[in-house]
Amino acid sequence: MKSYVARRLARAVLLLFAVSVLCFLLTRLAPGSFFDEIRLNPQISPQTIAALQARYGLDEPLPLRYGRWARSVARGDFGFSIAYNTPVAQLMWAPAKHTLLLGGVAMLLCWLISIPLAVWSAAYERSWFDRGVSALTSLFISIPEIVLALALLAFAMRSHALPVGGMTSVGFDELTAWGKAVDIARHMLAPVVILVLVGTPVIVRHLRASVAEVLHAPFVEAARGCGIGGARLLFRHVLPAAANPAISLFGLSLAALLSGSLLVEVVTGWPGLGPLILDATLARDLDVVVAAAMLGAAMMIVGNFAADLLLLAADPRIRTGSPDAG
Amino acid sequence: MTHASDLVRVKDLSVSYSAAGQSVPAVKHATFSIGAGEVLGVLGESGSGKSTLALSLARMLPAKARYESGAITFRGRDLLQMSEKQLGAVRGAEIAIIWQDPALALNPVMRVGQQIAEVLRAHGSRDRHERVERVQGVLTEVGFQHPSEVASAYPHQLSGGQRQRVGIAQALCCRPSLVIADEPTSKLDSALQVEILALLAKLRALHNMAYLIISHDPAVFAGWADRMLVMYAGEIVEEGSREQVFGHPLHPYSQGLVRLSGAPAGTPRQLLPVITGEPPDLTRLPRGCAFEPRCPERMKVCAASPPASSTPEANRQVSCFKYE
Ligand SMILES: Nc1ncnc2c1ncn2[C@@H]1O[C@H](COP(=O)(O)OP(=O)(O)OP(=O)(O)O)[C@@H](O)[C@H]1O
Ligand code: SF4
Ligand SMILES: [Mg+2]
Repeated sequence: MKSYVARRLARAVLLLFAVSVLCFLLTRLAPGSFFDEIRLNPQISPQTIAALQARYGLDEPLPLRYGRWARSVARGDFGFSIAYNTPVAQLMWAPAKHTLLLGGVAMLLCWLISIPLAVWSAAYERSWFDRGVSALTSLFISIPEIVLALALLAFAMRSHALPVGGMTSVGFDELTAWGKAVDIARHMLAPVVILVLVGTPVIVRHLRASVAEVLHAPFVEAARGCGIGGARLLFRHVLPAAANPAISLFGLSLAALLSGSLLVEVVTGWPGLGPLILDATLARDLDVVVAAAMLGAAMMIVGNFAADLLLLAADPRIRTGSPDAG
Repeated sequence: MTHASDLVRVKDLSVSYSAAGQSVPAVKHATFSIGAGEVLGVLGESGSGKSTLALSLARMLPAKARYESGAITFRGRDLLQMSEKQLGAVRGAEIAIIWQDPALALNPVMRVGQQIAEVLRAHGSRDRHERVERVQGVLTEVGFQHPSEVASAYPHQLSGGQRQRVGIAQALCCRPSLVIADEPTSKLDSALQVEILALLAKLRALHNMAYLIISHDPAVFAGWADRMLVMYAGEIVEEGSREQVFGHPLHPYSQGLVRLSGAPAGTPRQLLPVITGEPPDLTRLPRGCAFEPRCPERMKVCAASPPASSTPEANRQVSCFKYE
């Protein structure tokens, strides 16, 4: 187990290094720079721009720039944002927390909703409930996220039922702790609903299929023959045996925790990483872009690792290395 | 033959499956009973309806099966009239099943001790410590010397014989009065078969349970079955004590089967074809006796109409024109 974790860690570090080199190169080799817009301004002389370029080291050879960037990562700064004139880590800290909050709440809700929906619709195969669930999942899987987001946003604006944009109201600081929580929750509602509508159908579809398959297994019949039935049979006997595909999916949704909500954040004005990364990309604030990509890669590694550990915990056949592990 | 002490009475039971738009009659007009503590064996070729008959006693047939007619009375209650909830209280507690393939009948991701405890829990054992103790007790009873080690194992960590012992422990943990064992040893090698059958016999003597035990291999019944049913094409063609049926079988089909049981135990599948011809297609049975196309003793009457059941001796029934 220890050597397994050590091996995984070594691989993760290697992967992150490779990702960083690649991102670094790709962003630096892409055309355009932060000072392109200034260049269009006739009042600023080319000399000034050259001086600025030199100040941020944009005229140095690439390996040197990578080395400087790597040192800044080692310091915990993760590069320097030219646009905000601060270290990237400092800049991204608060939005990352907001994104994590939004993504975490949405993911939790997705699973809390998906598991019973999937299990019950598999248990009542071809019932009206099952048909309804599968029609709705098909519908929401086929609607693009952006359309869903815009539709919900339009609804929220028209009905004035939900605050849209930002994550707090004016006068947030005067509220009690409970009032603050409620205020954030209300602002979060629109993006969370969109994320849940996008995420739930995928989980329901996969989980329903694996639960339905296990329901036909002889051991479920055997348990029924012992008088075990109802919710106990479904959630204690069937669900754990159907969990493997769901756990892989859980790893993926963990990996997408920081990146899955970017679009929704931009559309609903949630002050997370989405708007920040979009601005940084448009403005060629390259270190921010690289840091965001690194964060995404790190989350992917964490998600995969978590899924593997969970699989190990959930399936004794994998744990003890059975030849017929499935 | 019914007696006051009967545990189960099956009367005129017919079951069919709907498959590919057709109705397949798997059990036809079965009437028999099982006394308390009695071992009833069911013998017949593959596809003769043994499993269908057995599983219907626990109302465990798949959804595409239909109970066409009849009644199954268990301790005075009609199982065919029970709700799924009522059946849940009977299954595992009063009627238990030992499955053919122990590798498939156990949950691969649950410790076997837990799987037994789940049965106890389903039937009212509320105290966890009590359950743990009872699990250890029943595992000891089925022959494990280190019950706590076995209890914490997963099915794939056990051998085939051990898994079947766990299956037996699971079936017996609530002390059922009827145990249905559908080919309980056919997935085991012959040395293990003997062991498991001896275990079943021992437990039955210990707890006075009735068994409905199914096999296509006559050797399985040797020494311990009280009575036998012989099935052909969904019908019970002969019924009698084990001594009667194996000592001097009446029905030509039974005679064919029993001739084989004189051979040494094991290799049953290869021996069966001594009865010439193929098992019948249940959707296209002959008008007369179902066995007629394969019967070495067929007569003219046999093809015209099916034979009725007759009682040539006390406690004995056969459906064949030879005895009408
Ligand atoms: N689920 C099912 N759907 C359709 N037909 C079935 C089903 N189960 C059994 N049958 C049919 O019912 C008949 C009796 O089957 P059954 O399993 O009761 O026989 P069996 O005597 O137990 O055979 P075996 O020795 O092979 O287990 C067979 O013709 C079989 O094809
Ligand atoms: S009724 Fe006729 S065909 Fe059928 S078993 Fe008896 S003798 Fe054979
Ligand atoms: Mg069978």
